[in-house]
Amino acid sequence: MPPHGPATPRRALIGGALALAAHGAIRPASAQQATLLNVSYDPTRELYREYNAAFARQWQARTGQALRVNTSHGGSGRQARSVIDGLQADVVTLALAYDIDAIAERGLIARNWMARLPFNSAPYTSTIVFLVRRGNPKAIRDWGDLLKPDVRIITPNPKTSGGARWNYLAFWGWALRQPGGSAATAEAATRQLFRQVPVLDTGARGSLTTFAQRAQGDVFLSWENEAHLALEEFREAGLEIVYPRFSILAEPSVAVVDGNVDRRGTRAAAEAYLQGLYAPEGQALAAKHFYRPRDAALLAANAARFPRMELITVDDSFGGWAEAQRLHFNDGGVFDRITAR
Amino acid sequence: MSATLIHARPARVAPVPGLGLSLGVTIAWAGLIVVIPLAALAIKPWELGVAGVLASLADPRVVSALSVSFGAALAAALVALPLGLLLAWAIVRLEFPGRRVLDGAIDLPFALPTAVAGIALTALLAPNGWLGAPLMAAFGWQIAYTQAGIVAALVFVGLPFIVRTVEPVLRDMGRDAEEAAATLGATRPQALARVVLPALAPSLLTGFGLAFARGVGEYGSVIFIAGNMPMQTEIAPLLIVIRLEQFDYAGAAAVGLAMLLLSFAILLGLNLLQRALRRGRR
Repeated sequence: MPPHGPATPRRALIGGALALAAHGAIRPASAQQATLLNVSYDPTRELYREYNAAFARQWQARTGQALRVNTSHGGSGRQARSVIDGLQADVVTLALAYDIDAIAERGLIARNWMARLPFNSAPYTSTIVFLVRRGNPKAIRDWGDLLKPDVRIITPNPKTSGGARWNYLAFWGWALRQPGGSAATAEAATRQLFRQVPVLDTGARGSLTTFAQRAQGDVFLSWENEAHLALEEFREAGLEIVYPRFSILAEPSVAVVDGNVDRRGTRAAAEAYLQGLYAPEGQALAAKHFYRPRDAALLAANAARFPRMELITVDDSFGGWAEAQRLHFNDGGVFDRITAR
Repeated sequence: MSATLIHARPARVAPVPGLGLSLGVTIAWAGLIVVIPLAALAIKPWELGVAGVLASLADPRVVSALSVSFGAALAAALVALPLGLLLAWAIVRLEFPGRRVLDGAIDLPFALPTAVAGIALTALLAPNGWLGAPLMAAFGWQIAYTQAGIVAALVFVGLPFIVRTVEPVLRDMGRDAEEAAATLGATRPQALARVVLPALAPSLLTGFGLAFARGVGEYGSVIFIAGNMPMQTEIAPLLIVIRLEQFDYAGAAAVGLAMLLLSFAILLGLNLLQRALRRGRR
C-alpha cells in the first residue's frame, strides 16, 4: 500500500478520526513537555530519582523545554533485553558494558559507544564489598575468610545478575593472586565458594532481602552503594560493611540509544543527560548515593566514605567482558561446570 | 430419505444459521491467541539445528530443572488432591460459621499476584519465619529454599483448581446414592470408597491435571521460595529466564518446547485415563 495513495472513503474516515484524536488528545499535553526514558539496573533507583529531577530543572533553565525523565529498573540483563525487544529507551545506564554491547550488537547503539564519553562511558564506579551481621561474628575480613567451612555466603545468580558477575570475578581475581594461583586453583576455590551459597536469587535486591530479612547466610557480597543503602534500610538488623583489601573496579556504563533518540527526536536531551553525570552536580549526586565519583578532587574529599582498596579491572584481568562472559557465564562455561554436581 | 434430502438442499447450506461466521471468528481467535504463539515457540528452537536442540536439552542442568519442575508439580498436585477434596466436602456438605468466607477465600490464589504469594510464603516458611522457625526448632526441617518450599508454593496455587472442579460434582451428586448404600447395609467407609469416590474420580482427575499443569509452568511464586540453586532447586521456567537474559532466545525456546511437549503428553494421558474411567462406570 503506497503511503500517500488515493484515500478511499473509509480510509479517509479513519484518517480523519485519528487526526481528530491526535488534535484533541495528544497535542495540548505534548506541545512543550518532552520525556526521556532511562533504562537502568536495580540499585540506581535512589541516584536517578534525584538526578532526574535535577537534570529536568537544568534542562528547562537552559532550553525552556519542560522535560520529564522516567527511569525503569530491573536486573541489568533483563533491562538490556527489554531495549532489544523494543522498549523505547533514550538512554541506558546498566551494570556492565557487556549488556550495552548486547544492545549495540543488534544495531540500536553505535558500536563505538564506549569511546563517546570519558572514562569508558562509566561516569561513576563502584566495587564489591562484604555486608556482615552485627559484630562480624564469623570474623570475615577478606575473600579467603569466605571459604571457612562454617561461613554461608549470599550472592545473586551470576547468570541473571550483573552484580553477581562482579562478585564472581572479584573472587576469581583474588584466588588467582594467591600463592601458586592458577585457573585450576581459582576454579576449585570458586566451586567451594558456591557450595557455601544456600540461596541464589535472580537479582541483587532479592538477595539483600534474603540476607537481611530472612536472615540467611553470614555474609552478603554486595555492590558498595547497595551495602550503604542496606545499612539505612535495615537499621534494626545492625548490619556492618567490611572492606576487603582487594576487590574489583565495577564500571557501570551509560549510552545513548541511537536508534530510539533519532526516531523520537530526543538526541540533544539524551546526550546532555549523560554528560550531566560527569558535571560537578552529577558527580556530587553519585558520591552522595555511594557511587565512587570519577572527579579526583571529589573522591579525595570523600576519602572517609570510600576507603582505598586495590581494585582489578575486567579488561586487565579477564581480557574484557565478552571474553569473561564467554569463558565463565555462558552455557557450558566455568560457572555451569562448578555448579554441576 | 437421506438421498432426497441431499438432492433437495444445496450442499453449502450450514446446519446452523451463522455457523460459517461463528466458526470463522472462533478459529481466527483461537489461531491468534493459541496457535500462532505456540507455533512460533515450536519453530524458534530449530535455529540451533536438530543436534543443537538435542544438545541444549541434554544439558544436565536442563534435565535437572525439568525434573524439579515436573516432580514438584506432581508432588504438589498429589498433596493438594486430598486437601482439595476435604475442602470441597466441607463447603458442600457441612454447615459451619464462616463457610461462605472460606468459599470465597479458596479463589484467592487465582487472583493474588503470584509474586505476593511467593513472598508471603517465604516470609512464613523461612528459617526465621512464623512457621519456619518452629518447624526448624522442633524437627530440624527447613522448608523455604529447598524442594519442599517449591512444593509448598505449588500446593498453594494448585489447590483451588481441585476444589473448584470437585465441588460442583459433589453438589450435583446429592446424598441419595449414599443413603441407598446405607439402607443396603454398607458401612460409611464402604459407601465412601464404593459410591462417592468413584463418582468423583473423573473430576478429581481433572482437578489434579489442572493443578499439575499450573504447577509445571508456575514461576512467580516459586522463584522467591525455591533458593534457585542449579541442579537442586532451579525450576525449568527460571532456566528459560536465565537463557533469555543471556540473549539465548533459541535455547530458551528449546526448554519451552520441551515443557510444552511433556505437559501435553501428560495432560493427554490424564484425559485418556479420565475417559476410560467414565466408560468403566457405564
